Amino acid sequence: MVAPANNAVDRLLAALPKRGDGGARFAELGFPTTRDEDWRFTSVAPIAELEFTAATGDAAANLEASVFSEIDGPQLVFVNGHYSSELSDLDELPDGVEISNLAAAVFKPCEADDAFGALNAASFTDGARVCVAEGVCFKTPIRIYYLSTGGDGATANIRNHITLGPNSKATILESWTGADSAYFNNAITELSAGDNAHLEHVKFQNESPAAFHVAGLHATMGRDCRVAHHSIALGGRIARNNIRARLDGTGIEAMLNGLYLPHGKQLIDHHMVVDHLQPHCESHEYFNGILDDHARAVFHGRIHVHKGADKTDAKQTNKNLLLSDNATVNTKPQLEIYADDVKCTHGATIGQMNAEQIFYLRARGLDEDAAHRMIMHAFAGEIIARIGCEPAREELDRLVWDRLEDK
Amino acid sequence: MKMLEIKNLKAGVEGKEILKGIDLTINAGEVHAIMGPNGSGKSTLAQVLAGRDAFDVGEGSVTFNGQDLLELAPEVRVREGLFLAFQYPVEIPGVNTTYFLRAAVNAVREHHGEAALNAVDFLKLMRQKINLLELDESLLKRSVNEGFSGGEKKRAEILQMALLNPAMAVLDETDSGLDIDALKVVANGVNTLKRADNAQLIITHYQRLLDYIVPDFVHVLYDGRIVKSGGKELALELEEKGYDWITSGELQTA
Ligand SMILES: Nc1ncnc2c1ncn2[C@@H]1O[C@H](COP(=O)(O)OP(=O)(O)O)[C@@H](O)[C@H]1O
Ligand SMILES: [Mg+2]
Repeated sequence: MVAPANNAVDRLLAALPKRGDGGARFAELGFPTTRDEDWRFTSVAPIAELEFTAATGDAAANLEASVFSEIDGPQLVFVNGHYSSELSDLDELPDGVEISNLAAAVFKPCEADDAFGALNAASFTDGARVCVAEGVCFKTPIRIYYLSTGGDGATANIRNHITLGPNSKATILESWTGADSAYFNNAITELSAGDNAHLEHVKFQNESPAAFHVAGLHATMGRDCRVAHHSIALGGRIARNNIRARLDGTGIEAMLNGLYLPHGKQLIDHHMVVDHLQPHCESHEYFNGILDDHARAVFHGRIHVHKGADKTDAKQTNKNLLLSDNATVNTKPQLEIYADDVKCTHGATIGQMNAEQIFYLRARGLDEDAAHRMIMHAFAGEIIARIGCEPAREELDRLVWDRLEDK
Repeated sequence: MKMLEIKNLKAGVEGKEILKGIDLTINAGEVHAIMGPNGSGKSTLAQVLAGRDAFDVGEGSVTFNGQDLLELAPEVRVREGLFLAFQYPVEIPGVNTTYFLRAAVNAVREHHGEAALNAVDFLKLMRQKINLLELDESLLKRSVNEGFSGGEKKRAEILQMALLNPAMAVLDETDSGLDIDALKVVANGVNTLKRADNAQLIITHYQRLLDYIVPDFVHVLYDGRIVKSGGKELALELEEKGYDWITSGELQTA
């Protein structure tokens, strides 16, 4: 029996800590439905059916077998949405680099125009705060781990603030993993990159296949900055990424690069809105997906070129490889252009293995199975190869390979 | 010694017959050229020999070194020594060229009971071969054929031939689209790989290639049939008279 949605809202708010408006905005909006254009292909009914509890810290949690563990440098760890000072390591930060949990910092209330954002604003417990000061080039990757050890319905709202000052540089590696239960993480990351800032942001999402993951990334970019966001999405029963990029300066280059590998009954959804507000900016979205079993994926890429954002170069590709007849993809590019002399391209493909490629490989001596694997690896490798941080790239390449071999 | 024997080979796609009965015998040590206008079935013949299952083989037989070639999977054909250089080499984004070439070489070696080459030994072998084809080593770091120029793609095909060292190489219009300098490099590569115990089947649209690779026999393919065979002078005659000579029907009754 499906619980009525408003009942779910009440149950959820009753379970969670409150701040700000206490959840009024979320109650007003309610859980989105598939009648909502932005949620047409992703029903969150399985989330609304959870028996919600507030996720609590867990002193027994550990980082064993975590990704990026070979990389040295600062690490922030959150367990069930709560900061773990035991597992975190923030020693020896150079001048101009501040890394802490958010609760320790002053926080100003925020507004949200969507339900999950409103929920997050009303009940987040903690999250990461990274500030890199003007002109500081921090070469060491900053690692942020989100571990979930709670049971079914354990709900954590997490909020992160990443701020790069003008002319600064940083690399951030995020990892999301958890116990094999139906927990629910709802995160918002506010990212601000100042003029001429360089940021590489890697998100490795490998939540439990039973878990729910909704994450907003709200990025605001200044003049001439270079931002690359990589979304490597493996986990979650439903995993939804709301990526909003505002290119609000001239000469920006933004890249959104994603790979999703759902299998079983997973649904992985990337929902992007890229706003070009100023001239001479480039945005590139590259998303590849490999789907097996009854898995589903959604790619929604909206590019809005505002009046005056002349000479915009916006490129979007979404390629999907279906390994099973029962897997489905919904891909929806959406271009709205109100400026002049704009280059906007988009392309989407959904298909099985390319027979010509397979034949070419077999004609060079590889057996059929090896040929299939090579193509599959290539499909993923094309995305992984865009990750600049070499140790992260190499490790993710291995992890993705293992995942595909496992299937 | 007979290496390849094609008898009354008929093949097509979706009920449309493209090859209408091909007979061709190639012995070890020989170079054969097949010429013919566009659409005559040259690539179909090449792809059928390599094992492309998009084409249905109706009648006929192909024997390669005593084996029924048509019974073999494509990968077994190349491991057994029948190599096809594609007219249109396929781009495979994301597959590193070096990785791909080593996998190919090792697949063939393992088939013959030889140990797989490690990365170092493979690199040594490859360095020798890329010099022969005057290819830039940086190409090897890129994805297979992706972003290669037309000439680079064709030279990369011959590089693969050099690495796999086949008994029988089928070259499907490897010369098409090459300028004269690139053509010379490719022809030199192919000639260098020629030995008394291997054979080559050179498919070309232009007589020009045969100035550099001298065939023992020339066959004219038209509308799915070999309508004329002769020595290398046939290519010159064809060049002089043009394909009209063939398409006008004069030869078909011959
Ligand atoms: N996959 C295919 N499906 C349908 N027709 C094909 C296919 N491949 C080749 N053909 C047809 O078969 C004929 C011979 O083609 P091809 O072997 O490529 O000729 P050539 O290489 O001599 O130019 C042409 O009429 C071509 O249109
Ligand atoms: Mg052809």
